[in-house]
Amino acid sequence: MNAISTDLIILLPELIVACSALLLLLVGALMGERMAGLISWAGVVVLAASAYFVATGSASAVAFHGAFVVDGFSQFAKQLILLGSALTLLMSRGFMSDAKLMRFEFPVLVLLSTCGMMLMVSSASFISLYMGLELQSLCLYVLASFNRDNLRSSEAGMKYFVLGALSSGMMLYGITWIYGFTGSTEFSTIAHVVQGGTVSVGLIVGIVFLIAGLAFKVSAVPFHMWTPDVYEGAPTPVTGFLAMAPKVAAMALFLRAMVVPFPHIQSQWQQVIIFISAASMLLGSFAAIGQSNIKRLMAYSSIGHMGYALLGLVAGSVVGFKGVLIYLTIYLISNSGVFVVIMAMKRDGKQLENISDLAGLSRTQPRLAFAFAALMISLAGIPPLAGFWAKFYVFLAVIEAGQYWLAVLGVLTSVVGAYYYWRIVKVMYFDEPAQPFDGKLGLVNGLILTGVAAFTLLFVVFGGPLIASAGAAAATLVP
Amino acid sequence: MNFPILSLVTFLPLVGALLILVQSGKGEAAARNARWIALVTTLADLLLAFVILAKFNGHTAAFQFVEQHKWLGGGITYHLGVDGISVLFLVLTAFLMPFCILASWESVQRRVPEYMVAFLLLETLMIGVFCALDLVLFYVFFEGGLIPMFIIIGVWGGPRRVYASFKFFLYTLLGSVLMLLAILMMYFTAHTTDIVTLLHTHFSPTMQTWLWFAFFASFAVKMPMWPVHTWLPDAHVEAPTAGSVILAGVLLKMGGYGFLRFSLPMFASASVAYAPLIFVLSIVAIIYTSLVALAQTDVKKLVAYSSVAHMGFVTMGIFTLTQQGLDGGIFQMLSHGIVSGALFLSVGVIYDRMHTREISAYGGLVQRMPIYAACMMVFTLANVGLPGTSGFVGEFLTMLGAFATNTWIAIFAATGVILSAAYMLYLYRRVVLGALVKPALATIKDLSLREVAILAPLVILIIAFGVYPKPILDVTSVSVANLIQEQKMALAYDRHEAYAAIRPISKGVVR
Repeated sequence: MNAISTDLIILLPELIVACSALLLLLVGALMGERMAGLISWAGVVVLAASAYFVATGSASAVAFHGAFVVDGFSQFAKQLILLGSALTLLMSRGFMSDAKLMRFEFPVLVLLSTCGMMLMVSSASFISLYMGLELQSLCLYVLASFNRDNLRSSEAGMKYFVLGALSSGMMLYGITWIYGFTGSTEFSTIAHVVQGGTVSVGLIVGIVFLIAGLAFKVSAVPFHMWTPDVYEGAPTPVTGFLAMAPKVAAMALFLRAMVVPFPHIQSQWQQVIIFISAASMLLGSFAAIGQSNIKRLMAYSSIGHMGYALLGLVAGSVVGFKGVLIYLTIYLISNSGVFVVIMAMKRDGKQLENISDLAGLSRTQPRLAFAFAALMISLAGIPPLAGFWAKFYVFLAVIEAGQYWLAVLGVLTSVVGAYYYWRIVKVMYFDEPAQPFDGKLGLVNGLILTGVAAFTLLFVVFGGPLIASAGAAAATLVP
Repeated sequence: MNFPILSLVTFLPLVGALLILVQSGKGEAAARNARWIALVTTLADLLLAFVILAKFNGHTAAFQFVEQHKWLGGGITYHLGVDGISVLFLVLTAFLMPFCILASWESVQRRVPEYMVAFLLLETLMIGVFCALDLVLFYVFFEGGLIPMFIIIGVWGGPRRVYASFKFFLYTLLGSVLMLLAILMMYFTAHTTDIVTLLHTHFSPTMQTWLWFAFFASFAVKMPMWPVHTWLPDAHVEAPTAGSVILAGVLLKMGGYGFLRFSLPMFASASVAYAPLIFVLSIVAIIYTSLVALAQTDVKKLVAYSSVAHMGFVTMGIFTLTQQGLDGGIFQMLSHGIVSGALFLSVGVIYDRMHTREISAYGGLVQRMPIYAACMMVFTLANVGLPGTSGFVGEFLTMLGAFATNTWIAIFAATGVILSAAYMLYLYRRVVLGALVKPALATIKDLSLREVAILAPLVILIIAFGVYPKPILDVTSVSVANLIQEQKMALAYDRHEAYAAIRPISKGVVR
């Protein structure tokens, strides 16, 4: 048993984020809106500091009587989450001030939800899991309706909240069943209880409800309905945020909540995961074809991508978890670039969201078009770009697990999915140019996009270290 | 040989592409710089390819100029090398590229720097395919080639370019992804994706069947074999001239190369078991697409269908598993690379003048374009397979191989030769011969100096290899003999395994 001070040191990265968020909230409340820009920058610094302490902290620790664990897996996921949040704060500044949304609550809410996500990926008990999840979700509901005078944004927040609350309720219900049939909420104890004995139906019911709740958070079919509307309605930086950090957190949580407490009954939950993975891949690829709004398209794209990432969980092996981590890393980084471009789609001061507005971008803004094309081709999974390697490693795991038909389904849907990504390339490169977009990206967003494009193009050469660290992180998930 | 010459020949075009991207010119100056940089780069690459060919030792079947480095961790390595089967494809690719650049010198006026970048990128990826000795590396190059080709067809293509580019892209991608799964499967069985190791790895016969079909799906589309050839005519018709040349000259050869490099040696039993399937598809391709070619009204489409027919000879020859058949298949691919490239360049010449590909828009060109008519005649006859042209050697050898395997296959294939004479000569008569009556053609000019410089070397090569094919066969024969030898050994091994597996069961039955 640790002393409380030891526990708090283990929790240092989360504490930094949480305390700074409260401090910044105070600063904002006292000093007013004019501090919003500064608070946004301060948020980035806080996230960077937290990332530093994640990286330098103990690589294997347990706090609060086993409710909170730090291992290589959680460290990897936390760094990704912090990166995603920091990128969101950085890239949203121009957009938010143009849209008259530059309020100090935005960075504060991002920080608080980031804190929730960090707790999610480190939780080793259903109680701490639920607390982290709710902290994250409540902030996201508010963020989705951040543009409160806009009908679509309010609608998005409302929808997200109602459905999110429903899914949280389902998950909580599942947790009570699991508690009832195993007598514990702690992952390791549950694993011990489930180990030898027969599997009771009640436990299965609990797991199914738990999966339903988690599937909602990663927007996997059939719990994906909120995604397109929320993505479309939320302010674009928030949409970008939703597509990045929370996805990583929820997916990492999904992995831990399945693999650590229930490793001995993998055959039971695996079937459910196979179904939601296959359904997500199918829906993500087919439903996106008909979309004309780029944010809705990205919503369906994220549904599909979560289906692919779940393949790693289906495999249920270290290779699979490694695949998921690589997938999430590449997906997060690609998405930040995509949303930088979407935010740059602006003409005469008006924000545009239609794919057709990108027509002929390769001639009016060749560099922007090139970067966006590279990102789209990468998301489609064409080698040698980064997105191919994301798919490569999850398919590797699925093949190893012997799920051949799922792998075949996966590659076939990726061909269908390739169509709609390439359609954007077609619009930018083949179609006659429309009016050019306003002005430039701005220094920060320009740097982000350049970095992301370089990552996408050069992953094939320099990806080795990332793959190795993802492998090392994945190996720590299962004790 | 420590000098990484294969990496250099592979990535040199990429350097050229970067140079074009960073050059400072604007407008017309940028276009001119891009053209010259592209030409110089491709010529330098060709020079390197010749150096490789000159230093290549034709007396061994081992891989040469080998480079191997760690890459991405795990069992995947950056491994390059060439043997007698691949080295000539490398040279062919490097050889065709300067012609493509020259052919686009005047006909491409829109977005020239991007065009040249796309071509140079494509060259890197194509050469990489033939040099790669790691399956994942191979796949990356193989698939990556889709990106620039999609852009080339889609941006600089004809009126139906969007349809054609998507069809090309989706067809080939669909075939390739199944191959990716097979590659992953092999990775798990052999714990490596190194081709040299995999060549000596035995897969169980059941697994071989699955793997063989997965690879077949990819290569059959790329080749293309009947009935998955329908993307080719569309892509050819809509692609700009240089795009068609590369498509017919190199991209189609990747399918044949894949069969030679992977399907035959790695899945020996499956290759033998499903050879009849290949023969049937090849025969159908040879006869059916020849008949379809006969009915075409578009010059490029006709040549495209003739490509499908000629690739039928290649697949037929390869799967006879005889020295003649394999040698012939390789020779046919190289020859077809030159001949079809030359034909598309010739079509490009008249298209640049008249901006139509309809056969009926031409006629009597010989009256105003005697040099063009002469060149075109050589290419036509080479495509027919007339003795004395390179087309003859390949077709003859593949049919020899087929004859040794099954007389009927050879008989049907020979019908295809007759049909090819029919559609090619019919085309030649309608376009080149006769009186020049169409008023639009009255002022058409004969070949310019640039065009002569493009077509003349091709004429010379076609005749030279037709008369004296030994240099090519010298390079390939040792590797081919080795391939057949190893294929037979693998087959024997599989049979032995099968007996070993059967024996205990039959014992049980006897008891």
